[in-house]
Amino acid sequence: MQYIDMHAHMVSRSTDDYHAMSLNGCVAVTEPAFWAGFDRVSVDVFEDYFNRLTDFEPKRAAKYGIQHYTWLCLNPKEAEDRELTKEVLELIPRFLDRPNVLGIGEIGLNRVTRNELDSFVDHVKLALEYDQPIHIHTPHLEDKWKGSRVIVDTLLGIDGIQPDRVMVDHAEEHTVDFVLDNGFWTGLTLYPTTKASYARAIDILERYGTDRIIVASACDWGPSQPLAVPNFVFEARRRGHDEAWIRKVVYDNPKEFLSKSPKFKLPETLTTLKLNA
Amino acid sequence: MTAKQGSCPLTQQELVDEYFMEYRAALVAVAAFLDRMDRSIDKNAEHDFRVIALRESLVELTSAEPERVERIQMILSDRDTTLMDERDSQSAYGAFNPESRKPAIEEA
Repeated sequence: MQYIDMHAHMVSRSTDDYHAMSLNGCVAVTEPAFWAGFDRVSVDVFEDYFNRLTDFEPKRAAKYGIQHYTWLCLNPKEAEDRELTKEVLELIPRFLDRPNVLGIGEIGLNRVTRNELDSFVDHVKLALEYDQPIHIHTPHLEDKWKGSRVIVDTLLGIDGIQPDRVMVDHAEEHTVDFVLDNGFWTGLTLYPTTKASYARAIDILERYGTDRIIVASACDWGPSQPLAVPNFVFEARRRGHDEAWIRKVVYDNPKEFLSKSPKFKLPETLTTLKLNA
Repeated sequence: MTAKQGSCPLTQQELVDEYFMEYRAALVAVAAFLDRMDRSIDKNAEHDFRVIALRESLVELTSAEPERVERIQMILSDRDTTLMDERDSQSAYGAFNPESRKPAIEEA
């Protein structure tokens, strides 16, 4: 089944992963800016990172017939550093016109601190100023419910927010209802231990329906699976769901949400490889 | 928004036939972990916040009421939306530790 992986940190993955994803039906990925596993010390590092996300990665992906798009920000794990945040916020507009930049993300919260929230709001205001869609990371594990509540309540208090242009990602059983009830899109990311399993993601979809929900791998440098979406497809078939039900959350929904950015296009012939890119 | 009854396309018998072995294995793994804790060379985590949350969650597993997963998720969650004054660590622990958080100073 053809699919779009709406959340994949491909800078952390090998070219073999692009190849495997292509063989398994991946036609496009979107790559939010994220944490490198250590706190970066200079805005110069972010300039290099954004150049990679907007130049090298789309070329690497294209060799396997995969469209590569990206979202830019300083991620929540580094958002405690307000000075660095301000410098990165000044840098981002220089990259927003690049052809594969879809918006601002993945912003959000990590341990749900005052500085993290201030940095989150600054990014939201930047997105509104430049009319960009927003991709949001919600915290991990015990911080998930608290952080998701703070994020949703904060967004609802900001003038100009259009919930249907905002993805509040990494939802789980105890957060998906209030994200959807307030009009936002949400994502179920498939991790071996720390987020949704294939079976639990299917459970959530059975209970809350398939509208405004996207399933993605969120593969990165940690324990994660770049073929998580095809594995989810397999598990959903095993559970007895039909092809249209599955396709909606791995292809139709991501296409609809990502098309909030006029830059998002899928090739008319999805099997065309750009081997010379 | 509420849970949808009857939304799983498989019958109970089909679910049991297809998946029982997976969850039998998960159940035995939890039991083995608890036994391993009992056999430990030093029983110094009986009151660890993660162990307490795990034991509380196991009680919830035996509930006859649906939406067990939401209730267990909340047992494992920080249910206070007060902001932390500053980051205490980069990573989460898997369960909320009430001893780890300094209360935020409320602004006038």
